[in-house]
Amino acid sequence: MSVQTCLAGQKATIELTLNGQRRSGKAEPRLLLCDFLRHELQAFGVHVGCEHGICGACTVLVDGRAVRSCTQYAVQADGRDIVTVEGLAEAGTMNALQRAFAKHHALQCGYCTPGILCSATHFLRETPAPTEREVRDMLSGHICRCTGYASIVAAILEAADAVSRGA
Amino acid sequence: MKPVAFDYHRPETVAEAVALLADLRDDAMPLAGGMTLGPMLNLRLVRPRALIDISRLAGLRHIVQDGDKVVTGAAVIQNDALRSDVIRRQVPLLALALPWVGHFQTRNRGTLGGSVAHADPSAEIPLCLTVCGGTVVLRSRRRERRVPARRFFVDALTTLREPDEIIVALEWPRAPAQSGWGFAEIAQRHGDFAIAAAACRATLDDEGRVKDLVLGIAGVESRPVLIDTENFRGGRSTEVGKHLSDHSVAGVTPMEDHVANAEYRIALTKVLVERVFRDACADAERRRNKLQ
Amino acid sequence: MKSASVVSAPAASRRWVGAAVPRKEDEALLTGRARFIDDLAPLPGLTFAAILRSPHAHARILGIDVRRALALPGVRGVVTGREIAEVIGPIASVVRAPFAYYPIALDRVRYVGEPVAVVVADSRYIAEDACELIDVGYEPLPAVADLASARAPGAPLLHDNTTSNVISRRTFRYGDPESAFAAADRIFEFSYSYPRYASTPMETFGVIAHFERAPDRYTVWSNFQGPFVIQPLMAGALRVPGHRLRLITPPASGGSFGIKQAVLSYIVLLAAVSRKVGLPVKWIEDRAEHLSAASAASDRLGSVAAAFRNDGKLLALKFHNVANMGAYIRPPEPASLYRMHAASNGSYAVENIAVENELVVTNTTPVGLNRGYGGPQFYFALERVMEIAARGLGIDPAELRRRNFIPADRFPYRAPAGAVFDSGDYPRALDELLRIADYEGLQRRREQARRDGRLFGIGFAAGVEPSGSNMAYVSLAQTAEERSRGERKSGANASAVLQVDPSGQVTLRICSTPNGQGHATVAAQIVADALGLDPADIDVVTDIDTLTSAWSIASGNYSNRFAAIVVDAVAKSARQVADKIRLMAAEALDATPEEIDLSDGYARVRGSNRALPFRKVAARAHWDPAGLPPGTAPGIVETAVVSPPLLGSPDVKDRVASATTFGFVVDLAAVEIDRATGILHIEKYASVHDVGTQLNPKIVEGQVHGGFAHGLGAALFEELAYDEQGNFLSGTFADYLCPTAMEVPPLDVGHIETVSPANALGAKGMGDGSSMLTPAAIANAVADALGRDDVTLPLTLQRVWALANGREYERAAPGRRATPRRTRVSGGALNGGGEIVLSAPIAEVWRRLLDPNELSAIVPGCRTLRQEGNDRYVAEVTIGVAGIRGTYGVTIDLRDRREGQSVRFVGKATGALGFGTGSGLVTLQAEPDGRTRLHYEYEAEVGGKVAAVGQRMLGSVVRFLLAQFFDALEHRIHGRRRAWWHSLRAWRTLLRG
Repeated sequence: MSVQTCLAGQKATIELTLNGQRRSGKAEPRLLLCDFLRHELQAFGVHVGCEHGICGACTVLVDGRAVRSCTQYAVQADGRDIVTVEGLAEAGTMNALQRAFAKHHALQCGYCTPGILCSATHFLRETPAPTEREVRDMLSGHICRCTGYASIVAAILEAADAVSRGA
Repeated sequence: MKPVAFDYHRPETVAEAVALLADLRDDAMPLAGGMTLGPMLNLRLVRPRALIDISRLAGLRHIVQDGDKVVTGAAVIQNDALRSDVIRRQVPLLALALPWVGHFQTRNRGTLGGSVAHADPSAEIPLCLTVCGGTVVLRSRRRERRVPARRFFVDALTTLREPDEIIVALEWPRAPAQSGWGFAEIAQRHGDFAIAAAACRATLDDEGRVKDLVLGIAGVESRPVLIDTENFRGGRSTEVGKHLSDHSVAGVTPMEDHVANAEYRIALTKVLVERVFRDACADAERRRNKLQ
Repeated sequence: MKSASVVSAPAASRRWVGAAVPRKEDEALLTGRARFIDDLAPLPGLTFAAILRSPHAHARILGIDVRRALALPGVRGVVTGREIAEVIGPIASVVRAPFAYYPIALDRVRYVGEPVAVVVADSRYIAEDACELIDVGYEPLPAVADLASARAPGAPLLHDNTTSNVISRRTFRYGDPESAFAAADRIFEFSYSYPRYASTPMETFGVIAHFERAPDRYTVWSNFQGPFVIQPLMAGALRVPGHRLRLITPPASGGSFGIKQAVLSYIVLLAAVSRKVGLPVKWIEDRAEHLSAASAASDRLGSVAAAFRNDGKLLALKFHNVANMGAYIRPPEPASLYRMHAASNGSYAVENIAVENELVVTNTTPVGLNRGYGGPQFYFALERVMEIAARGLGIDPAELRRRNFIPADRFPYRAPAGAVFDSGDYPRALDELLRIADYEGLQRRREQARRDGRLFGIGFAAGVEPSGSNMAYVSLAQTAEERSRGERKSGANASAVLQVDPSGQVTLRICSTPNGQGHATVAAQIVADALGLDPADIDVVTDIDTLTSAWSIASGNYSNRFAAIVVDAVAKSARQVADKIRLMAAEALDATPEEIDLSDGYARVRGSNRALPFRKVAARAHWDPAGLPPGTAPGIVETAVVSPPLLGSPDVKDRVASATTFGFVVDLAAVEIDRATGILHIEKYASVHDVGTQLNPKIVEGQVHGGFAHGLGAALFEELAYDEQGNFLSGTFADYLCPTAMEVPPLDVGHIETVSPANALGAKGMGDGSSMLTPAAIANAVADALGRDDVTLPLTLQRVWALANGREYERAAPGRRATPRRTRVSGGALNGGGEIVLSAPIAEVWRRLLDPNELSAIVPGCRTLRQEGNDRYVAEVTIGVAGIRGTYGVTIDLRDRREGQSVRFVGKATGALGFGTGSGLVTLQAEPDGRTRLHYEYEAEVGGKVAAVGQRMLGSVVRFLLAQFFDALEHRIHGRRRAWWHSLRAWRTLLRG
């Protein structure tokens, strides 16, 4: 039988691609993906805000899709390609989306920001020339308590063009 | 906020999955996208001994046209369905409703089958499946069976799925070319559980009279409810809306919770029914004109 | 008024201050490199804590058995409240109450979520497992969750040694309010209740605590935000001298809005736990803990009366404020009630004011700082009554405010209760608001809408924004006489340390513990201007270490103190460095210090081409002390500690200069309400601010928008709700609703600028802004649209619909009996009833109902059931619906037994998911065909986790269980087993009427 099984209390070896690098680590079945990324693989840019799938702070890209990492388990990510905020741009640089966030003051405490950047990255790949309403609809899967969102919307709209050109 | 310890099984075929379920029964829960189960696990509201991860099963991700129906695998991701041409053309109601399902980020992982299995009383996908006259395909080690959506949803979070069964597919009758569709809901915030939702399919004759009408509501009772619309056939689409909305709430006993009392749910239902009926009729007109 | 600082930087050097300089903080945050508390592992061997919390609003702790928890592999220790109390004392507050506040329950729990025990384990997962293995015996006590019940005569008391839950009552009188009211043409009154909500920062609380011996000392890392007046209180509770509680804040903090002040309780708790278990312990609060037990803005009951002349002149105000403190008074409460006190006139020139303040304890989480701190509640009273008065007087609400604003020529203005308003031009700000909002256009739209039968309303709110709090204002909770017996308090110290290292690099350290406000950026702008450098050349360190930072009582981040006071300390330290550089440069360049300009990284002699690089001059202070001008100290480290001299102690007449600067905000909301659905659409929201000099317009803009979003959430969505029994109902972000990008409407922002004389930069504190005014402005607009004044927040869909349709809003009365035969859920309370015909004669049904063997077969999920005495059954029951399965210990008592006719079952259940109590009356009646009609009525109450997160499903679960029960009963009678869903469907109508 080809069933992959890991029993409670045992640890499975998880192998995945994180920000373009092959990485592996140990995880018992119940270990949340966000905890695994943070504390096993030191991707501290993944932020945990609610652990029940609503606030969006922990959003990462799994196989290119923006998803919550608090409502899935590390064992489920075995073999996946994961990108976190650390992997959005070359180390030491910012991409067009990140630069637009800085320009528009689209972050204050910055805690929700990594998740929003991951969402926007996937969103803009699918919707290269979004309307404001579409951006707000996508953003409604995140809670930001600092900005009131207007600056985030402006940043994403501005970045849309550049991002769709692959800048 | 961490889940209890559980065993994790990731079968690669449906046969393996149902074999596991048959052995573990009540102690195991199938896990698809985890958009509902994940929070419940983390809050320790559910405490399964084992999770059977069906999100990677081969053969549950398809969207295919099969004669007079469209079959969607249970593990079809909601956003994939939203972007599917087959769905847009053949199951327009689902395409109308999907943008209301959660958020972009949850639709990126949430599945059609997961929403149907969970059977939240406010959920859009069960409502659509019910209004479309769709079918839930279930498989266990014993058998495969097909249950009409109209019977499948029993109560809040309660369906006819047996503990050893998994949902493998949903079957959506292809939309008749002249049918028009309407979907609407009202929630406290965008993406929240709907306080009330309504979905409608209408076909009109050349004189603008109602030839065929299916109307369903969700969020109001503890499962999707179909309204008996028999008496409205033959009525003029421009005239029957108000009566229809009064009629639609006549036999309904709404849930009450801290978000909305019964009276308010009734009021919203009436507004939504009128709206989806109007939208469906307008859509039907449009489609008919296009065909001509 | 004398300004705190003497010299203002020359205008020519203002290159950076006032510019929209990009934030220094951003790149680390945008690339995932910023480090927050949970990213830190400052010590080897960290262990992880989870906190067992009370599911009860009020209960006596009969016993705690931790043996099963301790036996779990990976558990390193379990500490109970009693054990904590061996090493700490209570946390002091300014109110002399006859009860103490500990950060953990000792022998009685007083709110849902109150810590009961702490588990320390190798991982958070194991710690949470162990929490479930702690057996706590509770004896539930009657609870009071809302202010009205807590103040009622005969209300259950929270604390021994008290005779009332009202623990402080103070009255204040300024001018001659009685005469003014007597002389008034018109008096307008408004009574209200104001909900409890919280700003819920996206990062929750976090603490890493480490106790060490020889000497006994604590080191704690935490995302605490200050005020640092709390550090001595924490050290006091931990029974160590101040310097033996070393407090370190992480480089980044994920928002606070005041809330992270309350991490103080957990700093003390986890420090004590570290001592008890002898290990370094990390605790990261989860969201469920945060919502139920962190902190909140105080909910209030209140009334306000306003005396007017017919021409619209406001003569006097009278406030009655009743504030909910929660179960204890946690410092710095009751400051929320006193922060606005000295400015009780709002933005109006009214001389006669009476205030009566009551502090009440209830079975709810203790309250604390929250954005606007006391402002939203205060302005809800004042600005609602102004709107009501405008309508009553027939004066346009904007015009009524204009007539009463403090005139622009009266600044600095000494308010009756002691606040000194630094500067302002309120009429000009109002003009700007009416212009950007197109008030006339909105009025026309309103007229048109009303002609069309639509609901359209416009509302205003105006207010001052006190910033840079005087640390002494909270002592107004004491009488002048009480104050005179204690040590005098005053002021608001801010500090900055600026150093230039031997390589000429500039580092500034400040103690303002930002949580996202961009302090580092603005501070660097100020220093860059003073030293002629680029802000990018200035490193700013904002993490605090109480052993190495130049902190003081008022350090921290609250009451918008950065732009009001901290900037002054920064400017002063920069001036000191600049003076020294000029002195050294003058010596080297053969000029006088006055001739030296610092610009573009050079020290230049004005009007010549003689210049030296800044770095080179600075380096000499380190490398060549002997070559320094006489009297110049080697090195460059300049410390500035400032406190605005204005901020004295409260005087004997209870007047105090409570804050340093008073910004001004005036808002307009225009709404349209859909009568059919209750959907409220914000057609226009405009807000004009006077923040004095804008130090960085981009950051100002961000704060304005953020404050508005918080005000909007409070107005429309957010409430930390309790039912009447004190069960907490808002346990997840699906229950506590924060606005998302779809709900926040466009905001039109305008500015006017009246330069503040209170600091060197002319800036005023800002940031609370519209969070204080939006709730009132939107309520005013809704009241205008609906033509009624009983507008209560939050204005949820159902509430607006009910108001618009003259319906009662029902959620407020959870205890009410419902129509029989219907399951009704309201808060954690359920009730309902129904009937069923069973195929057996009465005698048989009766026997089966009371026979323990029968019952064990009938009760859904019953694992064991035994009879104890005549009238009691004890059972263990596993209840599972949709996989939500829990095992409960159940006792059922039989009461009012009338043989063969009726009996009342009174039950209690307790389990990991929560607890329930219930009572059901079963009546039997013979049917003509020999069968039996069973009629039942029940009331039940559910608390704990299920109530907090399972609200939506409670009704279904009860129906489901009843269906299972009766199906099993019928099955026993009939010997036939039907699938339970058939029975459920058959009985659907019966069960739900």
